[in-house]
Amino acid sequence: MEELKLLGAWPSVYCYRVIWALKLKGVKYEYVEEDLSNKSDHLLQYNPVHKKVPVLVHHGKPVAETSVILEYIEEIWPQNPLLPNDPFEKALARFWTKFEEDKSPAFFAFFRGVGEEQEKATKEAKQLLKIIEDHGLGEKKFFGGNKIGLVDLAFGWLSAWLEVMEEVVGIKLMEANSFPRLEAWNKSFKEDPMIKENLPDRDEMLPYFKSLREKLIASATT
Amino acid sequence: MAYEVVLVDTWVSMFGMRVRIALAEKGIKYEYKEEDLCNKSKLLLKINPIYKKIPVLIHNGKPVCESLIIVQYIDEVWNDRSPLMPSDPYPRACARFWADFVDKRVYDVAKKVWTTKGEEQEAAKKEFIETLQILERQLGDHPYFGGERFGFVDLSLITFYSWFYAYETFGNFSIEAECPKIIAWAKRCLQKDSVANTLPDQKKVYEYVVQMRKRFGVE
Repeated sequence: MEELKLLGAWPSVYCYRVIWALKLKGVKYEYVEEDLSNKSDHLLQYNPVHKKVPVLVHHGKPVAETSVILEYIEEIWPQNPLLPNDPFEKALARFWTKFEEDKSPAFFAFFRGVGEEQEKATKEAKQLLKIIEDHGLGEKKFFGGNKIGLVDLAFGWLSAWLEVMEEVVGIKLMEANSFPRLEAWNKSFKEDPMIKENLPDRDEMLPYFKSLREKLIASATT
Repeated sequence: MAYEVVLVDTWVSMFGMRVRIALAEKGIKYEYKEEDLCNKSKLLLKINPIYKKIPVLIHNGKPVCESLIIVQYIDEVWNDRSPLMPSDPYPRACARFWADFVDKRVYDVAKKVWTTKGEEQEAAKKEFIETLQILERQLGDHPYFGGERFGFVDLSLITFYSWFYAYETFGNFSIEAECPKIIAWAKRCLQKDSVANTLPDQKKVYEYVVQMRKRFGVE
């Protein structure tokens, strides 16, 4: 077995993206849970620049930043490819992965906002979902086409995580009537056996996100 | 004559410059279209409807957006000459990491150096210098971030050099005094034709920033 370790922290969506990629490719690895409130020497040694998870350590050499890790995994383990071969299609996939990264603060603003700020964030988040549905997904079954690809992993948090965030905030963002294609994608994504077996438990996420939202609101008002 | 490669860009953009350097490194002939970002063309809105930003590379009619994505595209399509990325996966991952670092850390804080005043500007200057010092440590004793050869990370950072005089003047500090290795590295990169012929004169960029500050009401 190749020496492969993943430093992660539950329920980080970024860590799950790496887990999904490894599972979809049938690659065995050792998972190490990090306590982000008390970062280990290993984490600080492997990711001194950002001090964040996920970090993939392959034969003792660390790779950090989720999109960088995923491209590395794709190159080392080319089975069940998650990126298209064609350079233009590959560029499009990278574009949507970057879009998700650029726009995720808007969804975070929705999660931690209250009052007027919350209303503004909700409106912006819905506009982003429309762009993602119309331009990113289009008529395809998955963002990757007929099968799951890196862009599906990038938007994977729209499945289990968004539902919990919506419940905690008390506002539905991704209504099935307003976003029928994203809703259909959500179902297909969660039905994939590798994804299904590797989703965080909803009953565990609910109190976690509830407590997180309370902390964020409290720190915003102090 | 119809060019199969068209670049929609603006002369002062450090992101557009990255693509121009990549095209020059590969010896690719292309048509250049200058955009006025205060009056965006129908073409730009059509080829980049999501971000409405430059640069956009149009190859055989198909648009590619986001500078580092465009550079990787160019490297993959014209893969028979002057590679911009390392060939092995681990060094490639390191190159992507550091180019991503430049994108995440340099632009926003550098912009604050010329768009803010007082305490906010001081904090931005401090962070800007610290960011360059992290990059200096990463460079180490190598001539380039790519090791012995100019590569992806060098390309992602060198274009900011054309804005250094503007940052220094408005921030009232010397980048060379704080980060001498970065300046030495930049001068080394400028010995390459692809870089020297692409980067605009620092004074011209400064004049542009003077106008932008008036527009942003920073004065």
